[in-house]
Amino acid sequence: MAATRDETVAANDTRTDRRSERELVVTRVFDGPARIVFEAWTTPELLMRWWAPKSFGITFLSCDADVRPGGTYKFVFAHPESGQPMAFVGRYIEVEPHARLVWTNEESDDGAVTTVTFEERDGKTHLTLRDLYPSKEALDEALASGSVSAYPEQFDELDALLKTLDQA
Amino acid sequence: MVQFSSQHVDTSFAALSDATRRGVLERLAREDASITELADTFHMTLTGMKKHVSVLEHAGLVVTEKVGRVRTCRLGVDRLEQEAAWIERYRQLWAARFDELDNVVEELKQKETADGRHKR
Repeated sequence: MAATRDETVAANDTRTDRRSERELVVTRVFDGPARIVFEAWTTPELLMRWWAPKSFGITFLSCDADVRPGGTYKFVFAHPESGQPMAFVGRYIEVEPHARLVWTNEESDDGAVTTVTFEERDGKTHLTLRDLYPSKEALDEALASGSVSAYPEQFDELDALLKTLDQA
Repeated sequence: MVQFSSQHVDTSFAALSDATRRGVLERLAREDASITELADTFHMTLTGMKKHVSVLEHAGLVVTEKVGRVRTCRLGVDRLEQEAAWIERYRQLWAARFDELDNVVEELKQKETADGRHKR
């Protein structure tokens, strides 16, 4: 078990790329069939176990997801540094079992449309997530404000990093 | 667009392709300086130095501020580095999520195997 884990660490690199002026792309390989990975993305009880990573200090308060075309979702998080709970809302546009999910992000007018594809090869799932923003300015703004990483509080660290870059 | 990114890279590379401009960056890494001071250090005319500083400023490598009659230059955070730092933040969030998702996937796989055995 430990050996398998080590092998998957290298294979399971999370990669991100600004693929165009308006889109960010994340890729990752999961050691399991697409039907299982898809299930973890579309079942609220399972989503709650991984969407708000403990290492980011956030916790799920509630997770409603009506995963079918036109269905809505609402994720509510708490963060120790934020007085108010944070809600993320939108609609599912496409739901193709074990293959493809598309949803909107409607916290703001300039929210992205997120497309996730699940491709199974040799029992592993190659996942691609694409956040497509309405304009270059919307993506720039989302990056600068920290809303793409959902948690602006974390930007204290980034400010520190930028300072070191500045001094380099 | 790829064009967009490579344009950024081109601007930075063009800015760094000149020995004087690299020298100016090294000088500013030590401390801020006025254009007059930079011109003196590199034995150049004020106009010549202004052109170099303008190229560096355009690439986001230098920031200038005019106070009275003196324009002071300091190192700026390069836009590429800034964007790279932002995107790294975004990657870290997804990497953290996916590490937890690995556990969920593993558990579901084991459950499926166990259920399969149970049916047989």
